[in-house]
Amino acid sequence: MNKDPGRYKSFSRRVAVLGGGKVILLSVLAGRMYQLQVIESDKYKTLADENRINLRLLPPPRGRIVDRYGRPLAINKENYRVTLVAEQVRDIDTMLDTLSGIISLEDYERQRILREVRRRRGFVPVTVRENLNWRDVSRIEVNAPDLPGLSIEVGQSRRYPFAEDFAHVLGYVAAVSEKEVTGDPLLELPGFKIGKNGVERIFDLNLRGKAGNSQVEVNAVGRVIRELSRQEGQPGDDIRLTIDRDLQKMAADRLREEKSAAAVVMDIRNGDILALSSVPGYDPNEFVTGLSTRTWRRLVTDPQTPLINKAISGQYAPGSTFKMVVALAALEAKIVGPDHRVFCRGFTQLGNSRFHCWKKHGHGWQDMTDAHKNSCDVYFYDIAKRIGIDRIAQMANKLGFGTKTGVELPSEKGGVIPTRAWKKALIGTAWQQGETLISGIGQGFILATPLQLAVMTARLANGVEAVVPRLVRPAGDADKRGAKTGFEPLGISKRSLDIVREGMNRVTNELRGTAYRARITEEGMEMSGKTGTAQVRRISKAERDSRVLKNHERPWRERDHALFVGYAPSDNPRYAVSVVVEHGGGGSKVAAPIARDLLLATQKRDPANREEAPHTEAASVNSEEI
Amino acid sequence: MSMRGFAPKQRLSLGRKALQINWGLVLLVTATAAIGVAMLYSAANGSWNPWATRQIARYGIGLVILITIALIDIRFWWRHAYLIYGVLLIMLVAVEVFGSIGMGAQRWINLGVIKLQPSELMKVGIALALARYFHGVSAEDVRRIPYLIAPILMIGAPSALVLKQPDLGTALFLIMTGGAVFFVAGVRLWKFGVVAAAAAAAVPIVWSTLRPYQQKRVLTFMDPESDPLGAGYHILQSKIALGSGGLFGKGYIQGSQSHLNFLPEKQTDFIFTMLAEEFGMVGGLVLLGLYMLIMIYGFAISLRSRTHFGRLLAMGITSMLFLYVFINIAMVMGLIPVVGVPLPLISYGGTAMLTLMVGIGFLICVYIHRDVTISRHGAGET
Repeated sequence: MNKDPGRYKSFSRRVAVLGGGKVILLSVLAGRMYQLQVIESDKYKTLADENRINLRLLPPPRGRIVDRYGRPLAINKENYRVTLVAEQVRDIDTMLDTLSGIISLEDYERQRILREVRRRRGFVPVTVRENLNWRDVSRIEVNAPDLPGLSIEVGQSRRYPFAEDFAHVLGYVAAVSEKEVTGDPLLELPGFKIGKNGVERIFDLNLRGKAGNSQVEVNAVGRVIRELSRQEGQPGDDIRLTIDRDLQKMAADRLREEKSAAAVVMDIRNGDILALSSVPGYDPNEFVTGLSTRTWRRLVTDPQTPLINKAISGQYAPGSTFKMVVALAALEAKIVGPDHRVFCRGFTQLGNSRFHCWKKHGHGWQDMTDAHKNSCDVYFYDIAKRIGIDRIAQMANKLGFGTKTGVELPSEKGGVIPTRAWKKALIGTAWQQGETLISGIGQGFILATPLQLAVMTARLANGVEAVVPRLVRPAGDADKRGAKTGFEPLGISKRSLDIVREGMNRVTNELRGTAYRARITEEGMEMSGKTGTAQVRRISKAERDSRVLKNHERPWRERDHALFVGYAPSDNPRYAVSVVVEHGGGGSKVAAPIARDLLLATQKRDPANREEAPHTEAASVNSEEI
Repeated sequence: MSMRGFAPKQRLSLGRKALQINWGLVLLVTATAAIGVAMLYSAANGSWNPWATRQIARYGIGLVILITIALIDIRFWWRHAYLIYGVLLIMLVAVEVFGSIGMGAQRWINLGVIKLQPSELMKVGIALALARYFHGVSAEDVRRIPYLIAPILMIGAPSALVLKQPDLGTALFLIMTGGAVFFVAGVRLWKFGVVAAAAAAAVPIVWSTLRPYQQKRVLTFMDPESDPLGAGYHILQSKIALGSGGLFGKGYIQGSQSHLNFLPEKQTDFIFTMLAEEFGMVGGLVLLGLYMLIMIYGFAISLRSRTHFGRLLAMGITSMLFLYVFINIAMVMGLIPVVGVPLPLISYGGTAMLTLMVGIGFLICVYIHRDVTISRHGAGET
């Protein structure tokens, strides 16, 4: 059949070899398929899911902050923003021109938008403008056909309806800074805001909540194809403060009559802070949306330091408001009795130095309650000299001075209570007896915050427990009258406290008491208290020899700080107050009336004995009818 | 045994020839092409556009060409084998010249209907020319080196032109197709050894002449994971898509990796990956089985043919088909570098489809004319 059988034989042998080779190679392919698709399949399935499944975080709504009756102080408001999807826009410049005819776009905004559009992929929305008002929203919606690629989105932004009144208590939220980034992936979300100050900062983790997530399928360039699953997050907890909203507002309004002041109103039994105010303040809403450089510069250069919460961070010489501490130290040490008498001739002599009383010609004979009533400096020079600085410091510490109170706010200051050892360690020189004398009238090294002054007042009005202030009501605590509070015992005898309290009563309720003119006349609401006027500069001998300038004759920065601490009702104390007016002048003239107004308003509202917010008049009438 | 003047079945009428067409083979080819169309429909996310319809049209044209080639007398093809080869070589030169004149790195001639790549068709051209050459060389002469110079040039000339394009993959493809014909033609094995040794020795020299992107391809082939976002991306994504398909696949048009565009060129070179992702290992093996059946037909046709020309041509065509299948599938599974060889009858592309249909046309032509004999010097053609 074949003309060349040798050739055919060789050919068919070679074909067999070639065929065998091909079968082997095709088997290699099948083996590789088995390896990839069966043996290593799980690995590649995981890799495939990692490829296509993208986890998106859903930011949880931030918890609200409410007052003691549950009335909102910090809320989340719907925030309309207009976004742009670049790939749906034919010509971005033309589109922005059209848009600027509807809402005015600044040049820098345009540049930011164009920059972001260039940086991001075409389908990622770029924020054009946030916090749109209703007018702008509706104008954009109406013009939507001319603006392809633009859409209105709803987000949430923090809103503080009472602005300045609560700024120092609530603080504010703002964008996360680089060094605040922790492990929490929420913090890396664009536009996410965290508490930067005040309660917002201290309770940030409670308020923040847990992020939800949405699993989305994305393609190779990251475009979302569909949502695979969605897990809603857990909204942040609400935080309920001890503050009474109306009282806080009232305090802020009252303090704003002065240039720079702070006040604290406390419940003396459970430490509830009912109002804590510092003026001037700032509008926390501006921090949420971002401050302009001009506003920021104004805030940081203002000599009245609007950014500082003076109620907890302002440290002042307590002046005469410290005299109760000295009196209690003396009484508890049993070095002097209540009937100890000192003759005040306007000054006391110590070696070559002369220590003056605020009353140039002296008070004459003074016992302890007289000395409170008249705020006689010579009396307190005398007892301070007898007991020494360390006993004073000991009593001051008992009443809450010298350490932070631990209130739930950032940047609280601890004040200064000097001792011999303290001065040796800090300054390196020995304690001088003259320093004991001026410490006896709350001057010298001694510094205290308005909150510490309120705590001192609350403790000596309470008399039994060392009350600790609090700003947040513990969850689930009924907190009714008589609820056990669990404070440390104060450790001061009732006998001593009664004497001091009688002295404070005489300050306000006895004719010619230093704060008699600021007394509360309402039956059963009488206030006891103590004025204080803290010098901020030394009065030179030459000045004293000629004439001490009156406060209003001096520049603002050199005027005395006006202080007042008090509690009410006098016979059965419930509320304590402290007021500091920076460079306000005399405590009796400036600070005492504010304290009176606050204590009177507090007693009339009586927040400690109330579970519900006071109704408006109409509402209360209705409830009475039923 | 002399064949002169003794040719009982030398002439067949066209009708009888048509009955002789190996319809089983045509059916296998059509089934494979149908799978291709289905995959292109899937690649377009369940749409006939832009690929599936055009592929059907190409297959139709290809089928007409296949039958035409099959029905033409094998002696015609034997007679004009060198002419066809020569025309293809001129076209390759033309592409090279036009390409260098300023049309960029162009590898195709626009015929309107399809953009013809001469380098693809040259795969069949080489098989034709070598079959014709070795047909005329006796078993003794095949062992003599001087007789090997001409066929080596036949492979070398187009390979060099293609390499210059530069298309390393196709050049190697041409050399291997020719090598297969050399092998079955009876060239002594030690000569392959010498060539292989020479090639090994030439590796450093060739390496230095490779373009950086070609070097990078070979290097990332060694360890694709080392550069997952760069050059290794294609291989890694292909392996992920394929591996995640598992045994039974994710279902038709459900291949997430392919459809989310993680897979590059899913309608052309990486179409096997999409098939294996959607139909799993089972689907891959079914396709591989279809190719094996076509190749078995090729072997059977080759062994059954009574002319050496027909045997060699059938083996050349079968080897070409094998190389297409093996190189493409080995490539997408990360066994060999990415060289840009399409999956025969499946991948979207006109020239590859045409080349395959032409090749299989010749295969069936050999089958129809299996009893035709041609003398070593053309005496049998009457």
